[in-house]
Amino acid sequence: MREIYKKPEALKDNITHYCPGCGHGIVHRLIAEVIDELKIREQVIGVAPVGCAVLAYNYFNFDVAEAAHGRTPAVATGIKRALPDNIVFSYQGDGDLAAIGTAEIVHAANRSENISVFFVNNTVYGMTGGQMAPTTLEGQKTLTTPSGREKKTTGSPIKVCELLSVLEGARYLYRGALSTPSNILKVKKAIKDSFQIQITKKGFSLVEIISPCPTYWGLTPLESLQYIDNNLLKVFALGEIKNTVR
Amino acid sequence: MKEKQLVCGNVALSEAAIRAGCRFYFGYPITPQNEVTSYMSLRMNEVGGVFLQAESELASINMVFGAALTGAKAMTTSSSPGISLMQEGISYLAGCELPAVVVNVMRGGPGLGNIAPSQSDYFQAVKGGGHGDYRLLVFAPSTLQEIVDYTYMAFLKAGEYRMQVMILMDGLMGQMMEPVSFPEMSESFSYRNDWALTGCKKREPRSIKSLFLEEGVLERHNKSLQKKYGEIREKEILYDTFLADDADVLLTAFGFCGRLCKKAVEELRGMGIKAGLFRPITLWPFPGEVFTGLSKKSRKIFCVEMNAGQMVEDIMFYADNKNKVGFIGRTGGGIPSVSEIVKAVTGKR
Repeated sequence: MREIYKKPEALKDNITHYCPGCGHGIVHRLIAEVIDELKIREQVIGVAPVGCAVLAYNYFNFDVAEAAHGRTPAVATGIKRALPDNIVFSYQGDGDLAAIGTAEIVHAANRSENISVFFVNNTVYGMTGGQMAPTTLEGQKTLTTPSGREKKTTGSPIKVCELLSVLEGARYLYRGALSTPSNILKVKKAIKDSFQIQITKKGFSLVEIISPCPTYWGLTPLESLQYIDNNLLKVFALGEIKNTVR
Repeated sequence: MKEKQLVCGNVALSEAAIRAGCRFYFGYPITPQNEVTSYMSLRMNEVGGVFLQAESELASINMVFGAALTGAKAMTTSSSPGISLMQEGISYLAGCELPAVVVNVMRGGPGLGNIAPSQSDYFQAVKGGGHGDYRLLVFAPSTLQEIVDYTYMAFLKAGEYRMQVMILMDGLMGQMMEPVSFPEMSESFSYRNDWALTGCKKREPRSIKSLFLEEGVLERHNKSLQKKYGEIREKEILYDTFLADDADVLLTAFGFCGRLCKKAVEELRGMGIKAGLFRPITLWPFPGEVFTGLSKKSRKIFCVEMNAGQMVEDIMFYADNKNKVGFIGRTGGGIPSVSEIVKAVTGKR
């Protein structure tokens, strides 16, 4: 009998703490599959954020550090400068990367730090109970925008890829979504591209992943996928936002 | 005898760090420690190390965190407002038990304060600053040679205990020049890295973290940290005394004020007053027991600081009788003069 589907070696066999329908599990698996395919598990050092993915080291079967909230790119910079031949990635959510860690991500990109950043955007703070994130849609109800996000007082969703695209050091910026199997496969390819850019020492790359949060969207897992296609993708354009590596 | 070089304090500490094998320096401009960043930007290049000007002190300390978790010798330096900004990172480094050297070339505060020398970050250095139960091993050099010696030792101890060591000096010590001799460039000590993140080749994956959610685990972690701090209290206390054994009037001071007090002791002795000096070199752990012993022999104790009275709280705590303790201090960049100290001592007798 031939085994055609199994847990990647880069994932541990642990029970997940993520909610039903959450996208983090998919992103973890995609990263792990790519690491297996590139045979880099023993060189990888991941940096986990503060947020729902803080427990990433429970699932990833390679070295993982935990950074202070938003400082993940600075920590990844320190690791990569010390061990330039290792493969370093930062895994961040929307609050971590686009609110408290805005300075760190902008400057890591501007220095073209040779790291990969996987940015999970589900438009909400999950770990703390569903507050407004910088990427929350206008009108979206959260714990801290009970009547829906109001542009007049809280601004509009930050488009991280577009924001970083003006920086010369940001070499590859891709936005994908977990809403359909075909979109998921495109995210996997982007993750692979990002690692390959790092392996060939081409500089900073970031993959933004639009990801479902059924718990704090107040939707079922299936409705959440439709919500991505019908609402989020109207604001967040999919595809390669920038590629100066080719 | 080793050849001496005339350098300023900031260069003395930079070169001492290089000699101790520090190859990762992350910093952000702030006066009065800018000689460190400029010196390191040249010197790290010469020795094949990494100099990186960070976007903020928040980033500097977290870059130190990143380099330190690979088992590398890493350092950052700053001055008071910048050190305040680093407190989050310092707490995380402590929680993760990472070795690193952090230097505070103190200036006047609070707030933006000024750029004149000060010692007003004593509380921040020895009582915490960041959140949680943690300690830093804190060295307070009083001469430029001590800056060299204790910077070198800071890297040794940081590695030995897997913890942060802080050099607490002030703007005056950073700017002034004195001849110093440096230890030979040596790779004689390197950090153990059997705990570090280096990629899981031929071993189980590791994680470095300060989050412990399971019941009881964080308390166990804290107990193990406290055990380590207890060992440091036992082994690492350093202090200096000058004519203290028969002192009727005991002056106490750290860092630059220690030099002033030495002069004051000489002048007081010239006036027939049996004065002496007790100078802690490690501010944490504080040489409390030794001081209690000395305090019993003295009739009056003065604590001299460039702040509104910070170490004096520890002096009062450890003195055999706190009513003996007087305070002589200046703030906001003011430096007590030797004659001011002598006058205060004789006037208050």
